[in-house]
Amino acid sequence: MSIRFDSVTVAYDGDVVLDALDLTVEPGEVMALLGPSGSGKTTALRAVAGFVRPASGRVLLGGRDVTDLPPYRRGVGMVVQQYALFPHMRVDENVAFGLRARGTARSEIRRRVAEALEMTGMAAYARRHPRELSGGQQQRVAIARALAIRPGVLLLDEPLSALDARLRSGMLAELARLHRDLPDVTMLYVTHDQVEALTLADRIAVMDKARLRACGTPRELYRAPADEFTASFVGGANLLPVTVGREGVGFAGTEVKVDTAAAVAGARATLCVRPHLVGLGEGPNRLTGVVREIQWRGATHRLYVRVGEHDVMADVRELKDPPGRGDEVTLHFASDDAVLLPAGVGHG
Amino acid sequence: MAEAVRTARAVGGGARRPRPFGALVWALPPVALLALFFLYPLALVVQQSFRPDSGGTSVQPYADVFASEAFRKALWTTVWLAPASTAGCLVLGFLLALVIAFVPFPGAKAVARFVDVFLSFPSFLITLALLFVYGTVGMANGAWTGLTGAAQGPFQFLNTPWGVLLAETTYFTPFVMRPLLAAFSQLDTAQLEAASSLGARAPRIVRKVILPEALPALAAGGSLVLVLCLNEFGIVLFTGAKGVTTLPMLVYSKAILESDYPGACVVAVVNVLISVGLYGLYRVVSRRAGA
Repeated sequence: MSIRFDSVTVAYDGDVVLDALDLTVEPGEVMALLGPSGSGKTTALRAVAGFVRPASGRVLLGGRDVTDLPPYRRGVGMVVQQYALFPHMRVDENVAFGLRARGTARSEIRRRVAEALEMTGMAAYARRHPRELSGGQQQRVAIARALAIRPGVLLLDEPLSALDARLRSGMLAELARLHRDLPDVTMLYVTHDQVEALTLADRIAVMDKARLRACGTPRELYRAPADEFTASFVGGANLLPVTVGREGVGFAGTEVKVDTAAAVAGARATLCVRPHLVGLGEGPNRLTGVVREIQWRGATHRLYVRVGEHDVMADVRELKDPPGRGDEVTLHFASDDAVLLPAGVGHG
Repeated sequence: MAEAVRTARAVGGGARRPRPFGALVWALPPVALLALFFLYPLALVVQQSFRPDSGGTSVQPYADVFASEAFRKALWTTVWLAPASTAGCLVLGFLLALVIAFVPFPGAKAVARFVDVFLSFPSFLITLALLFVYGTVGMANGAWTGLTGAAQGPFQFLNTPWGVLLAETTYFTPFVMRPLLAAFSQLDTAQLEAASSLGARAPRIVRKVILPEALPALAAGGSLVLVLCLNEFGIVLFTGAKGVTTLPMLVYSKAILESDYPGACVVAVVNVLISVGLYGLYRVVSRRAGA
């Protein structure tokens, strides 16, 4: 089932929290809504579920206009950060809730509950109460409860944020498997965590300040971000202010060779280079600077190198003999690893 | 007691085990106060109930009171009126609290505040108000006689048990609403949204999600109201003085109007036993319910 936002605007007391969102999620696609808090991503999801009413615009599910339908008639599954399980019901009763509300036959309910619990690996816990389960198990039950009604659309609102880091990566793999098992279910996945978005999503919609900033496959957004916000929010990036020359750009008195086909010579622009694509030592596009800070991160070293008036971040494989603070080092990067962006206000 | 021990621990300067002597010193004042102002008068009442006016100690006052028609009637009135009022309060209080907590309307907060203020009103005030509205010469009957020219209006229930029921339900409903509103404010709205997106409409959400989570609050409010209704005096005195007699009313009339102190004490003892019995029942039930 497809999801379509047709210039959906949501406002509370004149405060616009979602500004004319246009977005289409294809049937069976996993779309991540990625953005910082207050970016409007949760509001967009709640507009699909029917918990907020757009001030203008329409929401369509599978081509049907559902803008005026109450939540209980939309047939979407929803999973939230704090699980929202019914504490006084057992796991199987929680999962059966939606089916009972729909008046499903008793034998069918039993079958569907077993199926949903099987799918989420919670069959052995059917007769427990939510309080007897760990956070990760509770979230599995919440997912089973949402899937039991066989929704065409599954809405996930920061579903892993309440879990600790190790559980989170396990659950991420679980969600990916679930999506492979249920290829027809369209998923809208709200998160502020770029790793979750990059791992799980077919496409990512990057949101900031109530607006959609960019939308594309994770690879597109990562390799060729459209603006500074997207570049820094998806994957982190060096955003260096440069002046466009004829065959490259000027940065801190150095000539850097990059593709300038899309830019006007003489204009100001931002050069985006991912930290892990910056190498230490001699190479093309050399930048020389002084190490201001060095952090050991296990598998890598993160260097902050002062080049001219700017810090350049470099993630290099763990060094046997790392430079110290104040040492002069040379950095380099390949021309096709750098992307020229329009000059912005300079995020991150 | 436990309070005193805890205080003793705090005062004891971080000592892990309270010294028995120190704890005793701290426990003494509250126990003494309790004994002086509560236990001793209660004991006097019990003692008096075994002292018939003819002298000596016997169970004659009990035999007399239990044999009297007035007592049996009052006991029955008390025993059905209190649970009926409580049931009325629970239903009305639950519905009102639902609306205040979950139906967004301007002034919901002000209404919730008013509930708190209402709790501080004296109980006869509401009865007085009901008298103005439904009394023999009240507004409702006045309007009726004015319109139809009849000699008297149709609202003549205020002196009956139904009048007491109405007054008690009106007055005690906020006592149920307060704990309910507190419970509702704790309820995770995400649960209501989850239920709604799973296809449940409002009545099912109320029945299956809100009501089960409100049960402890309902039990707390309900048992409080039950005991208060059982012992209510002011409302019964104002409304039902002619037609309705409950145990507290009987105590009053025996002691003040008939100067039958042993008889009054017997009724009082019965009243106390019912209250304590109900409290015990409530404790057992609430422990079973895990509240």
